Amino acid sequence: MKVTAKDVSYVADLANLELTDEERQRMVRDLNSILDYVDLLNELDTSSVEPMAQVSNRYPADQAEKRSVRFTDAMREDIKEGLRKSLPHDVALQNAPESDETFFKVPKVIER
Amino acid sequence: MDLDSLTIDAARSAVQDRKITAKALAEAFYAKIQKDDPQIGAYLILAKDRALEQADRIDQLASQGEKLPPLGGVPIGIKDVLSTRGVRTTAGSKILGNYVPPYDCTAVSRLEAAGAVLLGKTNCDEFAMGSSNENSAWHPVRNPRDVTRVPGGSSGGSAAAVAADMAVAALGSDTGGSIRQPASFCGVVGLMPTYGRVSRYGLIAFASSLDHIGPLTKTVKDAAIVLRTIAGRDPMDSTSADLPVPDYVAKLEKPVDGLKIGVAKEYLGEGLDPEVRNAVEAAIQKLNSLGCKVVEISLPHTKYAIPTYYVVATAEASSNLARFDGVRYGYRARDARTLSEMYRRTRDEGFGAEVKRRIMLGTYALSAGYYDAYYLKAQKVRTLIARDFEEAFSKVDAIVTPTCPTAAFKLGEKAEDPLAMYLADIYTVTADLAGIPGISIPCGQTREKLPIGLQILGRHFDEATILRVAHAYEQSGTSRT
Repeated sequence: MKVTAKDVSYVADLANLELTDEERQRMVRDLNSILDYVDLLNELDTSSVEPMAQVSNRYPADQAEKRSVRFTDAMREDIKEGLRKSLPHDVALQNAPESDETFFKVPKVIER
Repeated sequence: MDLDSLTIDAARSAVQDRKITAKALAEAFYAKIQKDDPQIGAYLILAKDRALEQADRIDQLASQGEKLPPLGGVPIGIKDVLSTRGVRTTAGSKILGNYVPPYDCTAVSRLEAAGAVLLGKTNCDEFAMGSSNENSAWHPVRNPRDVTRVPGGSSGGSAAAVAADMAVAALGSDTGGSIRQPASFCGVVGLMPTYGRVSRYGLIAFASSLDHIGPLTKTVKDAAIVLRTIAGRDPMDSTSADLPVPDYVAKLEKPVDGLKIGVAKEYLGEGLDPEVRNAVEAAIQKLNSLGCKVVEISLPHTKYAIPTYYVVATAEASSNLARFDGVRYGYRARDARTLSEMYRRTRDEGFGAEVKRRIMLGTYALSAGYYDAYYLKAQKVRTLIARDFEEAFSKVDAIVTPTCPTAAFKLGEKAEDPLAMYLADIYTVTADLAGIPGISIPCGQTREKLPIGLQILGRHFDEATILRVAHAYEQSGTSRT
């Protein structure tokens, strides 16, 4: 068993997930079953292989071909208003579970 | 008006020629949805006000004799992971149950600008995580071809809506097969464009390096029309490609003779249903008889694609879904005493089982001590999978495979076994990992009359070729199911 109940508690903490006891037990079983399958990757020697986090890592923009940017994580001008105006204050708050019309309200942050 | 098999051009022409108003057409679709959708469950939210306002605008143009835009008056469905201004968007999740986006997804605004009428939001697996649509927090979708079976996922509502003639076309999203697999199960066309061909702005992110938006349609030509409309650079998505958008429709009729079609043995091996194999082999024969040259190729790292995908996709998901914390939008757990308790309980009560499983797996794969063993390892194997395709496309113009190893399975059949469910994507995930485009088209049916899908994969930004091959096959008349 790769993943123990203790690991599940630790990872659930990192992920900000409460998880019931039942969910924790099921998670131990499921994560182990999936990770056993992921072990298949260890058959491969990847010591000299470059990682590919993005499609653009492997296929960078061809600088010689102007106006032909294929895969790009191109920068843009840092303009003050960005690419669109910020949402109006009331619109930004309209989906908030709780607000005081100026701020998002949350339960207290510091426990005494 | 007969809504069955109504294509984009037929709908648009009918409105243009005043045979029906856009408003009456939209209302006919709503009547059909009201009658048929209780048995299917394809729609989550109807957007009648917005649809009828748009229909009015189109009717005004038509009555003034103006030429309608390419999708003028055409009723479409939008997968519920795509943001729609003023229309509730839940991503199939309780955590966004009451969320009303303040802006539109670029693909949606481009379709609307081209005259499309947005009927509503289609059901999907929660945050597009699933292969059967059973992970929707609201209700499952049933396959219109056999209501005891799943429509596939995660764009199951979009595929079912098109298959059941409750929309002329629909948008879906594909991260590991979520457009092509449901298209295959429901007997419609599903196109995943090249990564970056269509802006992801306004798509609720699952795995950003793998997410694609694309059409589900009744014909290949309709897929080409929708792609032409939604493709192209968008400054709001820095990964959207700054490349001209070809006229995919005009290129459809170009003959396919002389094209080299690759067939990979890794996609025809163990686990493939014999009926699916027979249908795909017959389709390959057909393409051969249309003048394509069939070439055997090898994609040796195919069997590593599912484990690679489930590390990369869950790692990205664990990061993307961190934003759902009950502060700015969506569901919030009641009566939490502290902020930390509020976060944890909100996420526990708001997310479903599969989403939690993937967040846990992704968080584990990224956590200290495991990053190199899982996340970095998977990124390196992703390179090997991309290299397989580079090698293959140095020899062939397109690759033909089954879309899925089986036809649609029964509801509940795989719901308790996450790994078995993941394997439904075995032939589709490779394209997402490599960033290449793929299309699924119907290629016959099983003895039980379930649709079978043929997948055609192409080079980066070469949607024109796969659409052309798909169109030639479709026109040859053998795809009817």
